[in-house]
Amino acid sequence: MNLINTFFNIPVFLNSLPQLLWGLVVTIQIGITSILCGLVGGLFLAVARLYAPSAFTLLIRVYIDIFRSIPLLVLLIVVYYALPFVGIRLSPFLSAVTALSLVSAAYTAEIFRAGIEAVPHGQFEASAALGLSNRNTMVDIILPQAIRIVIPPLTNNCINVMKDTALASVVAMPDLLKQATQAQALNANPTPLIGAALIYIALLWPMVAVVTRLERHFNRGKR
Amino acid sequence: MEKTTSPLISIRGLTKAYGTFTVLHGIDLDVAEGEVVCVIGPSGSGKSTLIRCINHLEAFQPDSSITVDGIRVAPGPALAKVRAEVGMVFQSFNLFPHMTVLRNVMIAPIRVRKTPEADAERKARELLARVGISEQAEKFPGQLSGGQQQRVAIARALAMEPRVLLFDEPTSALDPEMVGEVLDVMRKLAGTGVTMVIVTHEMGFARQVADRVIFMDGGRLVESGKPSDIFDNPKEARTRGFLRAVLNH
Repeated sequence: MNLINTFFNIPVFLNSLPQLLWGLVVTIQIGITSILCGLVGGLFLAVARLYAPSAFTLLIRVYIDIFRSIPLLVLLIVVYYALPFVGIRLSPFLSAVTALSLVSAAYTAEIFRAGIEAVPHGQFEASAALGLSNRNTMVDIILPQAIRIVIPPLTNNCINVMKDTALASVVAMPDLLKQATQAQALNANPTPLIGAALIYIALLWPMVAVVTRLERHFNRGKR
Repeated sequence: MEKTTSPLISIRGLTKAYGTFTVLHGIDLDVAEGEVVCVIGPSGSGKSTLIRCINHLEAFQPDSSITVDGIRVAPGPALAKVRAEVGMVFQSFNLFPHMTVLRNVMIAPIRVRKTPEADAERKARELLARVGISEQAEKFPGQLSGGQQQRVAIARALAMEPRVLLFDEPTSALDPEMVGEVLDVMRKLAGTGVTMVIVTHEMGFARQVADRVIFMDGGRLVESGKPSDIFDNPKEARTRGFLRAVLNH
């Protein structure tokens, strides 16, 4: 009984629910903005790496390796607390989105590269032999085939970005986790934290299930 | 100059090397408009590399020269123009698996020639009828047999109305019972006056259809002549050896 009162206190939960839902909205805003920026950036990096001059491709490789190596929390704190010293002052929202997008773009670029490389070389040759431009080759021939291959890993990456939005709470962003910790302090009861955890699970479980189904679907298609 | 018209394809001193390994040793070759040339020779003799240089799928040594219809084949903006005029049919078909057969044939005219969709579709259906697969227009390549896929690939190349068609061992990846249907389509094409350069192991086809047969070995053009000369009366010992090996087995 005591346990239930402590962790699953209904009055406390109902009391903090509006606050948690506002946090959820912020979390989704950060997540979706970062996912979209990461997708666009990653696709650009992956295609540029194929066609750009070699000095530029080296730069892209360095970018990808750096942002796959740096811990997201460190990057976020650098963006929010260090950049103001050189005059770049980003809001908590922009700091979170910048850090998440920079890292997500690096991972997405690797995913797209693997997808493009998985398209047989003959597809590039057939496109070239027909006189298709590089742009048409990518848009009409290569990417439609690559995207089928990369949908499961891309969705996985989206899940990771959504989860990592919780780090935004360290730069005072009123996201779901931050709202939950505040509600916990206010009520002197951890129920809001449990509520936040359940909301994260409810948000991401369907995406995890979708990835599992997609992976099974595409594996079947291969045979 | 004994010829009145300049050749459609003109290859001069074509050399290609991978590092220190030379695949083609200074090939000279002219192909006239409307001519059907078959290239024969053992595996690794450079036949495929030769025709893949004509549309620059393979880069070659810069002191070599290839021109198609007077345009120099080299990287740069003119290359797309050359490629639009040079159709290619691959050993492994290389159809676009995510598009219907019809779309496969339509896509290049729409994108490269800016042909309106409706015209491209009408033309594509005509071509598919010509290669005998109109009923399969709405299917995807994966649903067709190898022979049908290769006929679609021929239609796709023809849709660009190229000046030249290159065939890179078009029947080598096919089951034996499907070789005939593809060769039939090619035979009909040869009769319509299309310029064709065909790398093939089908000696009977080469003898019957070619205006000229070229024998290559070790990256060199060893012998070139009318089919009857090459097959019945080869001058070079290497040609004789090769023909003996492939014809008597």
